Amino acid sequence: MNNDEVIHETPLVVHDLGHEAHTHHHKETFITKYVFSQDHKMISKQFLITGIIWAVIGGLFSVIFRLQLGYPDQTFPFLEDILGHWGKGGKIDPEFYYALVTMHGTILVFFVLTAGLSGTFSNFLIPLQAGARDMASPFLNMLSYWFFFLSSVIMFSSLFVQTGPASGGWTIYPPLSALGEASDGAKMGMDLWLASIAMFIISVLLGGLNYISTILNMRTKGMSMTRMPLTIWAFFFTAVLGVLSFPVLLSAVVLLLFDRHLGTSFYLSDIVINGKILPNQGGSPILFQHLFWFLGHPEVYIIALPAMGITSEVISVNSRKPIFGYMAMVGSFFAIASLSFMVWAHHMFVTGMNPFLGSFFVLLTLLIAVPSAIKVFNWLTTLWKGNIRFTPAMLFAIGFVSLFISGGLTGIWLGNSSLDIHLHDTYFVIAHFHLVMGVASMFGMFAGIYHWYPKMYGRYMNNTLAYIHFWVTIAGAYCIFWPMHYEGLAGMPRRYYDFSNWESFKMFGGLNEFISVVAMIVFSVQLLFIFNFFYSIFKGRKVTTTNPWGANTLEWTTPIRPGHGNWPGEIPEVHRWAYDYGKDGRDFIPQTEPVGADEQRH
Amino acid sequence: METALTRTKSQLWSGGKSPYNVSYGKLMMWFFLMSDSFTFGAFLISYGSIRFSLNNWVDHNYVFNKFPLTGEANLPLAFVSLMTFILIFSSVTMVLAVHEGHKMNKKGVEKWMILTILGGLAFLTCQAWEWTHLITSRHKVLVDGVIQYWGTTTSHNPWGPHVMFNGEMVATPGPVAFGGYFFGITGFHGFHVFSGVVINLVMLIKTKIGDFQKRGHYEMIEKAGLYWHFVDLVWVFVFLCFYLI
Repeated sequence: MNNDEVIHETPLVVHDLGHEAHTHHHKETFITKYVFSQDHKMISKQFLITGIIWAVIGGLFSVIFRLQLGYPDQTFPFLEDILGHWGKGGKIDPEFYYALVTMHGTILVFFVLTAGLSGTFSNFLIPLQAGARDMASPFLNMLSYWFFFLSSVIMFSSLFVQTGPASGGWTIYPPLSALGEASDGAKMGMDLWLASIAMFIISVLLGGLNYISTILNMRTKGMSMTRMPLTIWAFFFTAVLGVLSFPVLLSAVVLLLFDRHLGTSFYLSDIVINGKILPNQGGSPILFQHLFWFLGHPEVYIIALPAMGITSEVISVNSRKPIFGYMAMVGSFFAIASLSFMVWAHHMFVTGMNPFLGSFFVLLTLLIAVPSAIKVFNWLTTLWKGNIRFTPAMLFAIGFVSLFISGGLTGIWLGNSSLDIHLHDTYFVIAHFHLVMGVASMFGMFAGIYHWYPKMYGRYMNNTLAYIHFWVTIAGAYCIFWPMHYEGLAGMPRRYYDFSNWESFKMFGGLNEFISVVAMIVFSVQLLFIFNFFYSIFKGRKVTTTNPWGANTLEWTTPIRPGHGNWPGEIPEVHRWAYDYGKDGRDFIPQTEPVGADEQRH
Repeated sequence: METALTRTKSQLWSGGKSPYNVSYGKLMMWFFLMSDSFTFGAFLISYGSIRFSLNNWVDHNYVFNKFPLTGEANLPLAFVSLMTFILIFSSVTMVLAVHEGHKMNKKGVEKWMILTILGGLAFLTCQAWEWTHLITSRHKVLVDGVIQYWGTTTSHNPWGPHVMFNGEMVATPGPVAFGGYFFGITGFHGFHVFSGVVINLVMLIKTKIGDFQKRGHYEMIEKAGLYWHFVDLVWVFVFLCFYLI
C-alpha cells in the first residue's frame, strides 16, 4: 500500500483537481453545502453559530438571576410575562432560580466553551494550518456536529418541560439529582440533562478522534510537529483531554441514570425523603464526585487550552515577533494536560476526604502554577518591545492574558486545602473560575473570531463596534467579578437565592446591585458583537488580499474564499516554523518559503 | 499525500505521511478503544471502591454454580468458563478472518467471519440465560424475621451471610450493590458484544458483495477485529473482577 492510500482509505473528491483554480467541481446542493456539510470550514461555522445562540441563552439566564440577586426586594412584572409560573408576581421562583444557575453553568461550560470554542476553531484551523484538504474523516466530523445538535435540541427542550430544567448546579451531585422526589429540577429535566450530555460526549469523542488523527496523520510535507503553530498544539492536547476524560463522565451519567430508573444504589445509601425511608443501601454520593471531577477538572483545560493556543498565535502575529519560548510553550501544554488528570480531588477537599490524601492533591494542584506561569511570561515577553498592532483580536488576546493572571492567582489560594475550608462554595470560587476560565476563554474565543473572521467569511468585522465591545467587556468583567472576591472572603455562599436575611451579608446589598447593573451592560454589549458578527457576514468590508494580517501560517496561502479542499492546486510544502517575524530585516516570512542559504537560524 | 512526495523512512514525523504508517481509520479506532477503556475503567474502579467499602460481598462459587440442563448439580464457575471460552475462541476466528483478508481470500474471510459472528451470538445467548437464571430463580432469605424468596436483581440480593433460623442455616440479604454492578457492567459489556456482532455482520455483508475485493484490501475487517479483540480483553477484566476475585 503506498502512502497515499495509507493516509486516505477512500480518495478524497478533491484529489483529481489537478491545477484548476476552481474548486467547486463536485455538485453541491443547499443541503450538502450548508446543512449536512462535510467541509470542515462549514462544520466549524455551524459549531460557532450554534455556540453563539447558546451563549445568548446562557448569558440571558445570568442576567435574569442577577436581577434577583441585585434587587431581592423588588418585583419585575415582565418576568411573569416571559417566564409564566416561574416568575409569578414578577419574582423568580426559588426552584427556578436554582434551575437558572444550573443551566447557565451547563450551557456555558459545555455548549459554548467546549463545543463553541474547541469545536469551532479545531475544525476550522487544524486542516488549514496543518495543511490538509479536510479532516481525516469528514463524515465523522459531520456526525460530531449533528450529535452536538441533537444534544442541544434535548437540552433546549428541557427548558420547556412543566417541572423545569435540571437544577442542583451544573455538577448535578447525587443524591439530589438521583431522586425525582427531591425537587422539581430532579424530575424530567434531569433525565433530559443526562440524555443531552450523553449525546454531547459522543460528539466530543467523534470530534476529538478526528482532530488527533488529522494532526498526527495528515500534516503536509515539511510540517513536522515542532513546526506546527501553537494553536494546533493546543487543539491536539484539548482533543486528547476530551477523548480521555469525557468517557468517565459517560460512566458517571450511566450509573446515575440506573440509580434514577432501575432501582440500583450506586450513589445512594441511608436516605429518608419526605418521611419515607428508601431501600437503597451501600452506595456513595462521593463516588459520583470522583467520577464527575475526573472529567470536570480536565474539562477546565479543554476550555482553556484552545484559548491559550489562539492567544499565542494572535499575540505573535500582532507583535510582529516570534513567540517567545516555543518549545517551553509546547512543554507547558503537555505539563498542563498531564497534571490536569491528577488534581480532580481539589474540588472535593471538604467532602470528608482524608487530609493526608488531600495534601498530595494540593501539591499537584499548585504544580500547575508552574507551566501556567511559563505561558504567561512567554506571552508577556512576546509582547515586550514588539511592534504591536492593536487590532480587536490583539486586544482580546491581551485581555485573555490579563484575566488569566488575575483569575489564575486566586487558584493558588483555592488549591490549598486549608484555605479551601473557608473559601469553598463562596463567591470567591465564582470570581476565580469566571475570570480564569469563563471570561478569559470567552476572550480567547473573541480573539479567534476577530482574527480569523476574514478567513471564515471573506469580510472584516466592524472595528469601531469591536473596540466598544472590547473595552466595555474587559472593564465590565473586572467590575463584575473583582468585588465577588471580597464577598467570598466574607463568607457569602454561592447559589443562594436571597442574602438580605443575613445580617453579615446585608452590607453587600449595594455591591450586588452594582454587579447586576454591570452584568446587564456587559450582556447588552455582547448583543452588539452579535450584531457586528451577522451584519458583517453580509455587509462587512471585503477582504482583498489573501494575507490581511501578514501572518506566516498556511491558512493565509489559500484563496480568500477557499472551497472544499482548501487549496486549488497542490497543498503547499512547509519549510520553516510558523514564527519567523522580524527576521533578517523582513517583517514576516511565510512557512511556505524555503530557508535561504545565508539565513540566520532562529 | 501529493504524488511528488519523496518517502524517506528517516523523516517519519516531518509531515506528508503517517508517522505510524497506519491509516487514519486504524489510528482513530485505537484512540477510540483507549477512550472506551476509560469508560470501563471508571465502571470497574467504582465497583471496586464500593465493594471494598462493604463488610461482605457474595460467594461466587455459590452464586454462579448452575449450568443449563444439569438441574441442581453444583458446578461452580463452569458456565462462565464456557462463556469465556466461546468469546476467546471467537477472537481466534477473528484473527483467522483478518489473516485471510491479508491474503485477499474472500471465501476464507467469509468463513471465519461467520464463525466469529456465531461465537458472539453464542456468548450473548449464554449471557441471556445467566441473567434470566439469576433474576428468576428464587432463594430463601431471612428478611426481618420472615422467610422470603428472592431473585437476584438490581435491588435484591439473596446471597448475604447465613444465620441460624428455626434450626437451619438461612441466608440474609446481601449488599444490593452486587446486582447493580453485576448487571450494569456485564450489561454494558454485553452491549459492546452486541454492537460488535452488528459491526461484524456489516463486514460480512460487505465482504460478500465484494466491496473489499474492489478496494484491494481488507482493512475494514482489521478494524472490526481490533474492536472485537478489545471487547474480549474487557471481558477478561470483567470475568476477573466479578467471578474470580
